[in-house]
Amino acid sequence: MNNPTETKAPAMNVEHVAHLVRMELTPDETESFGRQLGRVLEYIGQLQQLDVAEVEPTAHAVPVRNVLREDRTAPGLPREEALANAPLARQGLFIVPRIIE
Amino acid sequence: MSRRSDGQNAIASGAAEFPMSDPAAISLYELGESLAHGDCSSTDIVQALLDAIARKDGRIHAFLHVNAEEALSEARTADRRRAAGEPPRSPLDGLPVALKDNISARGQPCGCASRILDGYRATYDATVVARLRAAGAILLGRTNMDEFAMGSSTENSAFGPTRNPWDTDRVPGGSSGGSAAAVAAHMVPAALGSDTGGSIRQPASFCGVVGLKPTYGRVSRYGLVAFASSLDQIGPLACDTRDAARVLATIAGPDPMDGTCVDVPVPDYEAALRDVERLDGLRIGLPREYFAAGLDAEVERAVRDAADCLAALGAELVEVNLPHTPYAVATYYLIATAEASTNLARFDGVRYGHRVEGADPIEMYLRTRAAGFGPEVKRRMILGAFALSTGYYDAYYLRAQKVRTLIRHDFEAAFARCDVLLGPVAPTPAFRLGEKLADPLAMYLEDILTIPVNLAGICALAVPCGRTAAGLPIGAQIIGPAFEEGRILRIGAALEQARGPFRGAPTL
Repeated sequence: MNNPTETKAPAMNVEHVAHLVRMELTPDETESFGRQLGRVLEYIGQLQQLDVAEVEPTAHAVPVRNVLREDRTAPGLPREEALANAPLARQGLFIVPRIIE
Repeated sequence: MSRRSDGQNAIASGAAEFPMSDPAAISLYELGESLAHGDCSSTDIVQALLDAIARKDGRIHAFLHVNAEEALSEARTADRRRAAGEPPRSPLDGLPVALKDNISARGQPCGCASRILDGYRATYDATVVARLRAAGAILLGRTNMDEFAMGSSTENSAFGPTRNPWDTDRVPGGSSGGSAAAVAAHMVPAALGSDTGGSIRQPASFCGVVGLKPTYGRVSRYGLVAFASSLDQIGPLACDTRDAARVLATIAGPDPMDGTCVDVPVPDYEAALRDVERLDGLRIGLPREYFAAGLDAEVERAVRDAADCLAALGAELVEVNLPHTPYAVATYYLIATAEASTNLARFDGVRYGHRVEGADPIEMYLRTRAAGFGPEVKRRMILGAFALSTGYYDAYYLRAQKVRTLIRHDFEAAFARCDVLLGPVAPTPAFRLGEKLADPLAMYLEDILTIPVNLAGICALAVPCGRTAAGLPIGAQIIGPAFEEGRILRIGAALEQARGPFRGAPTL
């Protein structure tokens, strides 16, 4: 058991984190997600009970190795098809709002 | 060409000539036999299933999209090949399957049951789809799911929930609920789903069908819309273990398009299903933690009966421990959400799908994603971004990865003492629509017996093993070491053979 005070879940700044993942929230969402995720974080706090100081993290359950392929050209996605699903496209380009003044 | 007179369960409508004498006999195997014997054509089968969908799916909502015209045209092509004397391309040649709505098939919608992919059509085939097409399978339609596979009830679909064919007041499970319900209601013989934390096995269990979560790396993920890349795996939902084996054999194997797909030979899974009368020498582990408090009494009885049945065939039952099971849900909801928060960054309103304009790109992203994602996706992305954020990474994400190692080690220790593990798929039978919707944590805990398998990257099978007094299906979960799909399918087949298949169709 580690420091038991660690099991207290920190308050999450939902608005700030939502901005990190680029989502606007309504005041109702901010309130309800904060409440619901507060409970989830409290539950997740149980992981602090385990001593993992000597444990290696697992990123992938099976050993992953670099895979190489032959350096050969192959047909790619034609431009028209790549653009076919775009909400806004012109002159063979994806159109986005102005970035530079 | 007899047809059962009660007719209510038959997949055939009055209009279609459907030759199966037993209306419940719609497995890929049986339909394949009918094709081989010339009892019916692919066109007959596809037409009968389209009629079944037209008749039943208004009450079930298993399908988001039905490829009626394309499927009939592919069926006619398959019939012409057969008439010209061409040998079948595979055991699936000319037979229909359905795809979960997160698996890409060129030209078809692939919306992940989300508003944010409104109007999107896939520009390429997932590797599993390319393999199904090459095998001659016919893509019947796209099945409903929890948005981006986030959920355990299919209630998180932006297009409305799927209902359980056995009791339409109840959920089919999730997130592959549409695939499970479509197979259970005899609207398609088999379907693909994806399983990140139980999303094939739990709906299979709730709907009384077979569902297989292959070993991580057994099946290519190329063309599967990523949720949690270190956990996602595509697998079959089917009428029985033989059909599941056939579909798995078609889709498994290394793929240059997925570097995590492992180059391990694909064995003859169907051969593993032969001679299952005896299981002498097989050791089946019963994890104590899978029969812990909170397990529904009827579920426990049905799964213990299944264990006794396998013991009667000669298998030895041993009690084992998986001591970190109680930590699996917390571990999963950090790792899966962290991976999702980065994977779903691509839905930004630029290249595809829904877009809400803004004065600058940031405002466009904020508005697009606010309008496009449903509440569960938003909750999970916030949780995942939090787990990865400065100051919390070590305490949450990194710690979860370490507990993941402990969960893997649990299985390694257990498999030193037994060949497979047997337990329930879910702690309860199908719950009521709306029952857990307001309480995300209660919904997450639904997955406590399926999540550990994904974290460990191993394989597991859900196979029907009984029904509740109210008639709801109960599933047993058979868990095997990595790349031992043949072994778990064999035990599932032994159970099917000893107990008789839990078939029959719900009354619709």
